[in-house]
Amino acid sequence: MNASVQTPVAANPAVTVAEPAMMPVPTLATRLRPYAERVLPPVLVVLALGLLWEAAASGAGATLPPPSKVWADAHDLIVDPFFDNGGLDKGLFWHLLASLQRVAVGFTLSAIAGIAVGLLIGTSKLAMRGLDPIFQVLRTVPPLAWLPLSLAAFREAQPSAIFVIFITSVWPIIINTAVGVRNVPQDYRNVAAVIRLRGPAYWWRIILPAAAPYIFTGLRIGVGLSWLAIIAAEMLIGGVGIGFFIWDAWNSSNLSDIIVALFYVGIVGFLLDRLMALVGHLVTRGTATA
Amino acid sequence: MSGNQAFLDISDVTVAFGRSRVPVLNGIDLKIRRGEYISVIGHSGCGKSTLLNVVAGLLDASGGGVVLDGREISGPGPDRAVVFQNHSLLPWLTCYENVRLAVDQTLSKTMSKAERHEWTLENIALVRMTHAKDKRPGEISGGMKQRIGIARALSMKPKVLLLDEPFGALDALTRAHLQDQVMQIHADLGSTVMMITHDVDEAVLLSDRIVMLTNGPNARIGEILEVDLPRPRDRLALVADPRFIAARAAVLEFLHHRHTAPGLAAA
Repeated sequence: MNASVQTPVAANPAVTVAEPAMMPVPTLATRLRPYAERVLPPVLVVLALGLLWEAAASGAGATLPPPSKVWADAHDLIVDPFFDNGGLDKGLFWHLLASLQRVAVGFTLSAIAGIAVGLLIGTSKLAMRGLDPIFQVLRTVPPLAWLPLSLAAFREAQPSAIFVIFITSVWPIIINTAVGVRNVPQDYRNVAAVIRLRGPAYWWRIILPAAAPYIFTGLRIGVGLSWLAIIAAEMLIGGVGIGFFIWDAWNSSNLSDIIVALFYVGIVGFLLDRLMALVGHLVTRGTATA
Repeated sequence: MSGNQAFLDISDVTVAFGRSRVPVLNGIDLKIRRGEYISVIGHSGCGKSTLLNVVAGLLDASGGGVVLDGREISGPGPDRAVVFQNHSLLPWLTCYENVRLAVDQTLSKTMSKAERHEWTLENIALVRMTHAKDKRPGEISGGMKQRIGIARALSMKPKVLLLDEPFGALDALTRAHLQDQVMQIHADLGSTVMMITHDVDEAVLLSDRIVMLTNGPNARIGEILEVDLPRPRDRLALVADPRFIAARAAVLEFLHHRHTAPGLAAA
């Protein structure tokens, strides 16, 4: 027993002597190490999944194309997203742009309306009691269920799609804004009271900034839902747009194109989320976590 | 107005919450002279902060009233600036902007924009925070936040400064440092101060009079002690001063002998 206790004690001095000697010369490898530790795992996972996909989709009875076939089929689509042959025969960039424009309009409207209504029900108990139950029911209606109704009301594809985005993304913005307003600390209200900050200035200088982290949480959820809704809505309404591109590719049995489009949809959705987080971080001056 | 007349006159203030029959504070009568430094001391839950909130106008008294400089107060206002216990700085504004907001809000009628800028800087300099004026509250220590809180309160040119356990959340060394600063500011500006505290040494060191509240609910003023120590006061010299020791003993005797903490008495 004694021997086993003594061994690590004897080993220790050797380690402590070796370390300071290493410190002054950071090799290229040690400097790149932190980056490698971040970049390598996702790269390896993607490679592994790609290989798995290749193996699974290469068999005789496979219904989906393997990555190699996707690359061969959709080479032009992947390499050049900017071509425009007129009509619906455009590069993915143009389809994404059309979808993003719809999201921009619909989401802007829902941000304005959502924050306004959220401020109202966050402030007024009466408004909350009246509106909250209705919102709780409406927000569970799936985006596409609104589409027939909005087509009937607007009789045109474009405003209908924008309405679907609006009605999908407005609920989390309303609810988070209301929670944010209700959670403004009493301390800040006291400060405002002592310096007699009232009316619009009170809202602008105290309530909105204090609720901003919550509001941006709502906006972030909202922009994600908008992107989900627009893809689905475009499949049904047609025209230029990434949703319809996917539907069109399905109708012409062009599975490789669909897979490429899915990658783009995912990446754009991710970028929208990060963008919203970044805006939130800048606007709240770091009080909201990005 | 003569010097003897009450500058801040708290008369028969009673506060009861909701439908509770027993009031938190019962018939508080207190007259404070201009330039006087008053401490209100008592055990936790005795309603000291409630009293301060009534004077600040953040809380309505159920009975009685408060007259400041010949005018009955109604609602909060910058003439009774509060330094809150937890500093209450707005985290999205820098230190400068926190003070500037109060200055803009309370002095825009009497000062030009340039004057307000200068006045803001002057008050930040008064609490020796010029070096950190562009930092946000999240980036500075608790003591620094409290100093900015004091600068913000002073910048409103209040008639009376209300301090709600301003140093309660600070470590002992920082607290001593801030107490010295507040003493200096009080000496320089001649402010009228009402401070809530539960620290006996702090009360004796800073105050002209110490108001001792009995245990709540139904708290009233148990005793008022005149602290007859010449100013400026030096904390090191006072440690051995018999008048300091006597005052300290009187407050301790009130708090721990005659009005033991309710929780401790039960235990």
